[in-house]
Amino acid sequence: MLEIKGLHVHYGYIHALKGIDLSVGQGEIVTLIGANGAGKSTTLNAVCGLVKASAGSIHLEGEDITNKAPYRIVQRRVSQAPEGREVFPMLTVNENLRMGAFTVTNQETISRSYERVFGLFPRLKEREKQIAGTLSGGEQQMLAIGRALMSSPKLLLLDEPSMGLAPNLVLLIFDLIKSINEQGVTILLIEQNANIALSIAKRAYVLETGNVVLSGEAASLRSDPAVQRAYLGG
Amino acid sequence: MEVFLGAVINGIALGMAYALIAVGYSMVFGILRLINFSHAAVYAFGAYMVYFFISLKFGLLPAILAAILLSGLLAVLIDQVALKPLRTKASVPIASLITTIGVSFIIQNFLSMDSIFTSEKKGFPSLNLFGNIQFGNLTIQSSQVIMFFTALFLLGLLTFIVQKTRLGLAMRATEQNQRAAHLMGVNVNYVISAAFFIGGASAAISGALIGGYYQIISPTMGAIIGLKAFSAAVVGGIGILYGSVVGGLVVGISETVAAQYLGSNVRDPMAFVILILILIIKPNGLFGKKGISKV
Repeated sequence: MLEIKGLHVHYGYIHALKGIDLSVGQGEIVTLIGANGAGKSTTLNAVCGLVKASAGSIHLEGEDITNKAPYRIVQRRVSQAPEGREVFPMLTVNENLRMGAFTVTNQETISRSYERVFGLFPRLKEREKQIAGTLSGGEQQMLAIGRALMSSPKLLLLDEPSMGLAPNLVLLIFDLIKSINEQGVTILLIEQNANIALSIAKRAYVLETGNVVLSGEAASLRSDPAVQRAYLGG
Repeated sequence: MEVFLGAVINGIALGMAYALIAVGYSMVFGILRLINFSHAAVYAFGAYMVYFFISLKFGLLPAILAAILLSGLLAVLIDQVALKPLRTKASVPIASLITTIGVSFIIQNFLSMDSIFTSEKKGFPSLNLFGNIQFGNLTIQSSQVIMFFTALFLLGLLTFIVQKTRLGLAMRATEQNQRAAHLMGVNVNYVISAAFFIGGASAAISGALIGGYYQIISPTMGAIIGLKAFSAAVVGGIGILYGSVVGGLVVGISETVAAQYLGSNVRDPMAFVILILILIIKPNGLFGKKGISKV
């Protein structure tokens, strides 16, 4: 579904991605793990068109989407729940979700998306009229994921969905990610918590300073001694 | 009493016209965190376009409509040609600020060129279309009534656009978090252009109203009024639409009342006295939010 080849990204003089190859198959959960500054978020942002690729290509279902404007990527049903949630603080929960469906013009599709999101996150339904800035961290994360689902994405990019959440909430969010995937959404997941990421992912890539250093089935990476030492506290 | 009321009514009418200019500052500031000083020149440009189309034998209304369109487009053009390149290169905010000041002089000087309109003041058709209305000793000019209701209607329309339409939702979202707006599929460049267009168009209408009220226009007409409208936007809390309206009214009324009782020399400084006083008491303006930084 998603095919990244030889992707380079520069921020001024900083060479953030140094020729990454990565692919995500239809219906998979694929996770990117690695330390801060390894280039995980940059990879997602390059897919979304938020940062420019200086070389390499990104194909979505065979179509070249390299360096397309962000709104063109969303129109192709790729959406991201970004790191740090980035909800619209002064809009209500309902309006935030409406923003998620910004590219959708059919009212019926929008109401179905609301139902789907409220089905996954009943808490958001309870808080529908509340201003998003007043939600707790966990609720904001639900809102960020729910908002990303409103455009009925084929590919969902999740950046650190567990960041700053209490352990029981982390488990809840990951259960929900699994059920979203079971609804047929392909997922590319960035996660600091490599343990839990590898437990739900089918495949994984390990990034270090802008390079893919390891990749493979999540289960085999989980038992890889090098991965255990570096990322699993083993 | 009639004298006081007359000054207040005059202030309300002027204040609403200021508010119409102030929302242009406010909208662009909300989205780009940039004070667009070229806005005042677009206001003058709008008044001159009305003058120009009337001299071509357009009726008043068609002339105003044409001026609205051209001024809106000029504002978009300013952004696309002079400001957008600075954004894409992520230059320092102060570069955009000084650019808008520069653009404002370019437009002002364009209008005063001998081959264009010359620097002389021009007569402008009166807005006092229905004569004066008399209540005892109190005289209200129909131009004041027209100014008030036109501005009220347009400010209502703008509020509707911002609060109830898809474009308005996109504008509010872009204001709050531009990155996230990108991720939602908002064409942020389009939203920015829309804000400039709406601001420019509103300024042109205000130019026609104030031009018609004083029946005179000049290339530098935007200088003082632009600053007053900017004060109005800051007094109300820049970035907040209804703040601009209240700010405009505060500036307008205090100006006319001061002129009435303290002499006409006090008229122009009054807006800035009010600005300073309010900012000392409420640093973010009357309705301002905390925590908005950047230039």
